[in-house]
Amino acid sequence: MESIAKIIGQRVAFGALTLWIVSLIIFAGVQLLPGDIATELLGQSATPETVAALRKSLGLDIPAYLRYFDWLRSILQGNFGTALANGRDIAELIEPRLFNTLLLAASAAVISVPLALIGGIVSALYRNTFIDRAINVVTLASISFPEFFVAYILILFLAVNAGILPSLSDVDQSTSALGRLTAMALPALTLAVVVLAHMLRMTRTSIVNLLGNQYIETARLKGLPEWRVLVRHALPNALGPIATVIVLNLAYLITGVVVVEVVFVYPGLGQLIVDSVQKRDIPVVQACSLIFAATYVLLNLTADVLSIVMNPRLMRPK
Amino acid sequence: MVKGYDFSPLSAVNRRRFLQSAAAIGAIGIGSASGILPSLAEVTTPKKGGHFKIGVGSGSTSDTLDPATYYETFMYIFGHSLHGYLTEMSPDGNLVGELAESWEPSKDARTWTFKLRNGVEFHNGKSLDADDVVASINHHRGDQTKSGMKNPLKTVQDIRSDGPATVVISLTAGNVDFPYLMEHYQLAIMPAKDGKPDISGVGCGGYVLDGIDFGVKATAKRFANYWKPDSAWLDSFEVLAIRDVTARTNALTTGQIHAMDRCDLKTLNLLKRNKGLEITSVGGTQHYSLGMFVDAAPFDNVDVRLALKYAMNRQQLLDTLLNGYGQLGNDHPIASSNRFFAKNLPKREYDPEKAKFHLKKAGLSDLKVQYYASDAAYTGAVDAGVLYQQDAAKAGITIDVVRAPADGYYDNVWMKKPFTANYWGGRPTADWTFSTAYEAGADWNESHWKNPRFNELLIAARSELDDAKRLDMYIEMQSLCRDDGGTIIPVFANYVNALSTKVGHNKIGSNWDLDSFRCAERWWLTDV
Repeated sequence: MESIAKIIGQRVAFGALTLWIVSLIIFAGVQLLPGDIATELLGQSATPETVAALRKSLGLDIPAYLRYFDWLRSILQGNFGTALANGRDIAELIEPRLFNTLLLAASAAVISVPLALIGGIVSALYRNTFIDRAINVVTLASISFPEFFVAYILILFLAVNAGILPSLSDVDQSTSALGRLTAMALPALTLAVVVLAHMLRMTRTSIVNLLGNQYIETARLKGLPEWRVLVRHALPNALGPIATVIVLNLAYLITGVVVVEVVFVYPGLGQLIVDSVQKRDIPVVQACSLIFAATYVLLNLTADVLSIVMNPRLMRPK
Repeated sequence: MVKGYDFSPLSAVNRRRFLQSAAAIGAIGIGSASGILPSLAEVTTPKKGGHFKIGVGSGSTSDTLDPATYYETFMYIFGHSLHGYLTEMSPDGNLVGELAESWEPSKDARTWTFKLRNGVEFHNGKSLDADDVVASINHHRGDQTKSGMKNPLKTVQDIRSDGPATVVISLTAGNVDFPYLMEHYQLAIMPAKDGKPDISGVGCGGYVLDGIDFGVKATAKRFANYWKPDSAWLDSFEVLAIRDVTARTNALTTGQIHAMDRCDLKTLNLLKRNKGLEITSVGGTQHYSLGMFVDAAPFDNVDVRLALKYAMNRQQLLDTLLNGYGQLGNDHPIASSNRFFAKNLPKREYDPEKAKFHLKKAGLSDLKVQYYASDAAYTGAVDAGVLYQQDAAKAGITIDVVRAPADGYYDNVWMKKPFTANYWGGRPTADWTFSTAYEAGADWNESHWKNPRFNELLIAARSELDDAKRLDMYIEMQSLCRDDGGTIIPVFANYVNALSTKVGHNKIGSNWDLDSFRCAERWWLTDV
């Protein structure tokens, strides 16, 4: 147990370092993009005078490195600052978006993780039969299509033709729980379909890999039914890699869903970061990317810890 | 110049509406070739109430409620819903008074006196007075302003109140069209306190802001004490930012929204089959342009410019890029709906032989130019460039189409490279259009064109009170622009919207998109 605490401590320290490097790269990256917030906000109607006035009012006439240190100082005090474009508090701006993103990721996970586990087990159970092949073909086909295509297909059948689900995920703070579920159904389904294959294939492979082991043979010789051999004897030992894949897919569900957000007009974090990059609103970009980076760091840490916890041999290193 | 609202009893209102509808039907007769559904033929009486939802292809988390930094349709709609403006462009294209009951120029058109309407109330209970107008206009002037209206207002020398209901604006030079400026969506009249306007969205428009989530959606409710009769029919309305055109179309066909802007022209013929929808298409001032630097070789030779103009196949561009939803351009920016439009100026047509002739006259056997295009200018700008390339090749002109990144296009490419793609939302008056991008020394003179005769006429026409003389001047200017100018204007693009048949409307204004951004004020729901 002591070693786990140590590992977690180390990882958190490295995570903090990663976040700092990410913040540096993002800041430098946005600086390298052509134009700044003043020219992007004014667009076609920019004149040198109005651009200068806007820059001055936003404090962009201060050198970039000084602005970075200012930002770093306030972030260390837990203050995300205010958006350049409209002066709103970034924490307030992000909170509902983050909530939406997490909720969508959770819904997609609730649909896809059990399906992936069950599907993987069934696939392993009936390996190399028609059922296994069918599951493989369907899931691999769905992961091969781009997300927006899956989304449009679902919209066509479930929203336009059948008219059971809305094509627009119009949610806000006043939306009821049931309303939210309905509104999020299509994007959650789309995401579930997209991440399903990876997890399902991993479950199947991990289980099948273990089937040659002697203890499986023993279990079979005891006369146990095949499904019990898989679920009680093989699955616990296969959980490590499965957990890793699931957790990494969760990270993807949080950070990589901007296309699905656009198609369903779902107000999540992805849309916010795209808007902010377009307008060169550095504090918002920084805040969003830190959240994304932190998600990755934390979930990776979780994956590592899980795989250690699930493997008694790693729990007691010699 | 007294122009007011019709406060007369219902019968007169109905008569007026009948006339408007009749005019609208007349317009359809002309427009049916470009595919307008004649559903307007049925005259419906506006109904009060309902919750109207519209999806627009704009809206960003970086939007603000400050009219000085309004950017794109999402906020423009709110400008014309939350706020009142001094003047208004009627659907027929006439300037009428909104908050200004009347206005009067001095003899030299340098001093304008606006008389304000009585009994106008802001959402916060304050009554409109002249100080509000002064503070609101000054918000767009001076060194501190971030407003895009700073430039058009630079000729304003002084603006002051003369009593509570009179505003006097003096200009550095005469401008007959000055009141047209006052209906621009950025020049919202806000309540002022100690000379500072309140930019929090409080206005004296027909709707009160209910909630706004920038870049997502915003709602507004009808203002109970709104002064204007026969308008703001809806109980409330909601604008949703749906940037993906497919998502917008889906939302409309599944009944989640009542209307959408910027239809996908490529699939519009399929959308038209839907019986529950009406496609509206209005020709306005919006046009596409290709600017050439007339002070840089090879564009400094007028024959090279003419060769490039003749090498453009406008009809093909109109048919393919706009699917017919537009009008042919004649290399000048004045729309055919403008009262000073030069009707008899011959339309420029695609003519490779003439292009070759002008090349020869310029002493060239062939010509190679780089043309910078990006979809930031307008959707399909790069495709249009490729079409141009094919057509120009037949005239011995090689056009190298450079696809510039959309991100930062207006900062790094437009007006930096000698030959670029651009679009103009258009301006309501000929003078404003010309002085924005064609006057010598104008900030957005994308072709660096400096024609002495043109500039002389522009200034003279600005303060000429005799309309007949002005018409002659503007006709000459359009002809100069067409034959000498450095801008190719192939097409004017219509504003194409799709509406549920549950949406009622009269003739749709063509000044800007979505009934001149007044959809929430002018449209109603028929199923309430």
